[in-house]
Amino acid sequence: MAQAATNSSGAPMIEIKGVNKWFGDFQVLKNVDLSVALGEKIVICGPSGSGKSTLVRLINHLETHQKGRIVVDGIELGEDLKAIEAIRREVGMVFQQFNLFPHLTVLENLTLAPIWVRRMPKKDAEALGMQLLERVRIAEQAAKYPAQLSGGQQQRVAIARALAMKPKVMLFDEPTSALDPEMIKEVLDVMVELAREGMTMLVVTHEMGFARTVADRVCFMDGGEIVEIGTPKEFFAAPKTDRAKLFLSQILGH
Amino acid sequence: MSAARPAFGASPIAWLRENLFYSVPSSIVTLLLAWLAWKGLAPFIDWAFVNAIWSAPDSKACRDVKGVGACWALITEKHRFILFGTYPFEQHWRPLLCILLLLVLYVVSAMRRFWRPALAGVWLAGLVVIGVLMWGGMFGMVYVENERWGGLMLTLLLATFGIAFAFPLSILLALGRRSDMPAVRIMCVGYIELIRGVPLISLLIMASVMLPLFLPEGVSIDKLLRAQIAMILFAAAYLAEVVRGGLQAVPQGQYEAADAMGLSYWRKTMLIVLPQALRVAIPPLVNTFIGFFKDTSLVVIIGLFDLLTSIKVALGEPAWNGFGVEAYIFASIVYFTFCYAMSQYSQNLERELARDRRH
Repeated sequence: MAQAATNSSGAPMIEIKGVNKWFGDFQVLKNVDLSVALGEKIVICGPSGSGKSTLVRLINHLETHQKGRIVVDGIELGEDLKAIEAIRREVGMVFQQFNLFPHLTVLENLTLAPIWVRRMPKKDAEALGMQLLERVRIAEQAAKYPAQLSGGQQQRVAIARALAMKPKVMLFDEPTSALDPEMIKEVLDVMVELAREGMTMLVVTHEMGFARTVADRVCFMDGGEIVEIGTPKEFFAAPKTDRAKLFLSQILGH
Repeated sequence: MSAARPAFGASPIAWLRENLFYSVPSSIVTLLLAWLAWKGLAPFIDWAFVNAIWSAPDSKACRDVKGVGACWALITEKHRFILFGTYPFEQHWRPLLCILLLLVLYVVSAMRRFWRPALAGVWLAGLVVIGVLMWGGMFGMVYVENERWGGLMLTLLLATFGIAFAFPLSILLALGRRSDMPAVRIMCVGYIELIRGVPLISLLIMASVMLPLFLPEGVSIDKLLRAQIAMILFAAAYLAEVVRGGLQAVPQGQYEAADAMGLSYWRKTMLIVLPQALRVAIPPLVNTFIGFFKDTSLVVIIGLFDLLTSIKVALGEPAWNGFGVEAYIFASIVYFTFCYAMSQYSQNLERELARDRRH
């Protein structure tokens, strides 16, 4: 059952315990444990197919796990639809492909969830939306449709859209992987700012510069397991496992 | 700065040379086609306009020019029967008013700025007014049983209310077919496959002959309503598959983004999925609407008096026997007018909706 969150006690924001998941016969996650404190920023990296996206998508129930426990903000994820919706209200998500709603203007993309899920009056939602668009430096595009924006602009709108729900946690699933190189920075800048403001963040990314600047912990996954987890300093300077060393040499190499 | 685009096709002669007389073979083809068109068209114009009889009290004048000129007098003479069927002659203003009311409703509904929930209320009110006008029996109007409704009015009624009810039903069926709940899914798939696999004619016959057998003693639904229900059920099954096609065109990411915000199933469907799915489905939807509009003529087999039947009956009179070509050309023009209007409207709508999304 859903329970009210009392996070002042320092209880973890997200608690993942012994989670296993299979796609058919293929096991994508093996006994994953991860605890995320309020305000903590975790960067998850690893080779493709390592289960990192799946792990993040479990947290707002875009995927279901078959074994183990996931507790978000004091609410346990299970079959209960009410609990799932309660968690989704508190967890914002940014996707690789932006997934903006093409039939709505930029501002309408932002106000939709506050109006229909939070029941915010339209005026307030629009004021909030404009404020967030200012924050991601794109307010002048409010009346345009997503297709009229560049990839970097669209991803910034997507971040603002997630923030419009005033989430306690933000999940980023490879937010810069679909962008042209010259647009990556504008998106990362927004994410760095967000981190400085104290947002709890889980970020799946290969941007190791971002991990160094922002992450409290870096989590390296391979083959459905968390192979290594530690501060960026430890991880980049002295990776403990061969798999992590290989991965780092591949993406940092040259 | 880019160079100015060169003016192209500025003069009519340049246009002709570019498009019709580009080379020797193209000139030959152009001339050949022009000659063929003239050969075919000229006699038709003679027949349809030059030698035609436009009005005559009886068919005598027409018989004199038969084969040389068209007999539009048949239409002039019989137009009220064709439009209103066997509806009492002195009461024809009532169905005429209904047709005008329907046309107004079409035009209003076509404008995007009136697309709001109140429009459904307007249609409901329109339906009531049409019912009162057609049946009468109040406000000093004579009662007219619906056995006597007919002609264009009946065709429009069947098509309009057929589509108005079948379309929402089809959306529910399409959503049901993609539902996670097995019972709902199986029911919807079963319904769609069953109805789609049966000819409309047999559904109409079932509705008119078999349905009364299953109803309890003393309960009877009138013939027109039974036909209307059969047509709604039939159209809904077809439209459901068109809507499903649209639903499948909405990328998975859209569902995920809506889910991630905590939108409930119905909000997600109404706000995110359907607006995109229906936009994609406009061409096949209109295709089905047009087919359905013409399918209304099949009600003839259960003895309802639609536009085409009226024409047939008018031709059955000894005086006008043998002028079928004129009568059916007229019927084609009426059907074409409505279908072409639908087609043009849908193309405009697509353009308008696409404008939003252009770069």
